[in-house]
Amino acid sequence: MLTRRTLIATTSASLLTLPARAAGLAPTPTMRGGANNYRPGAPIVDRIGGGGFLMTGTVRRAGDGVPLENIRIQIWAHTTEGHERDQRSHGATLTRADGTFQMDMPQIVPAFGQAHCHLAHDDDGPFQTVFLRPVMSRSSDTTLHADFVLQPV
Amino acid sequence: MIRTILIWGALVLACALPIVLAAQSPLLAWRQPIYIAAGFAGIIAMALLLAQPLLAAGHLPGLYPRTARRIHALVGLTLLLLIAAHVGGLWITSPPDVVDALLFRSPTPFSIWGVIAMWAVMVTALLARFHRRVPHWPIAHRGLALIIVAGSISHALLIEGTMEPISKFALCALAGLATLNAVLNRPGR
Repeated sequence: MLTRRTLIATTSASLLTLPARAAGLAPTPTMRGGANNYRPGAPIVDRIGGGGFLMTGTVRRAGDGVPLENIRIQIWAHTTEGHERDQRSHGATLTRADGTFQMDMPQIVPAFGQAHCHLAHDDDGPFQTVFLRPVMSRSSDTTLHADFVLQPV
Repeated sequence: MIRTILIWGALVLACALPIVLAAQSPLLAWRQPIYIAAGFAGIIAMALLLAQPLLAAGHLPGLYPRTARRIHALVGLTLLLLIAAHVGGLWITSPPDVVDALLFRSPTPFSIWGVIAMWAVMVTALLARFHRRVPHWPIAHRGLALIIVAGSISHALLIEGTMEPISKFALCALAGLATLNAVLNRPGR
């Protein structure tokens, strides 16, 4: 599915991953509240629940902006199928060779005042842990995008 | 008599309509009962913030001033209980989000306004209990009322998914106007 949003996101991501353009790329800081209702160790899944909502993103290395493959990203949200705290609302995925990831998950609905998603880079690998909490610009949206720039440990 | 019925009818309608419309929300299907109850405690408290300044200013017909003041105090006490239910219910639903809000480190701007209004209600209730010994109580009470209502309006308007937007805006506007009227138009009491 290629919407205007994903086109812009993918194009800008691929532009930014050119090493010459990305020198000195700053790491993404953990967002306030990003780790709320985190449950460590969610399994890697093809989709969370019945799917229908597409969470997309990219993962790159701080400094040179190189796309990172096989990076674990855990995702959870309040959806039409469960609360953030429910185990069934959590799932993880790995980035592809181009540093992108995506997760098919149930539709995110507003909870605690905002329609938002939680994402974590949370393994004990060579990069520092980061928690994100992107907010949907409209709660009727069926996609959301989040970019990670990871700092080596 | 007709005027009395009309004014009371309008007040009940203005308070009840936002609650009824919020109860129609499709989002309720994806929320747990405690989360729903916490939300409605907040909505009812918001509706009471319209009644409070009208009671204080003596704008509601058919009530002796003493009765109006007594109801105003009872509604104030009810606000305390509703806030406890609101915060308690949200805490059960998602403890870390409520802890963040109470510590003023939440990512959501509306929670800051809600917590400020909550503390202002608690201070008001405490001072009201001993108001005869509180210097400049009428002025202090007006100042606190402004903080409570302005804080609650900011809190409610920035939240998505609990109230129906148009009735929420109307209730906030009415509560704000009624509070300004009560605070500004009754000097000396």
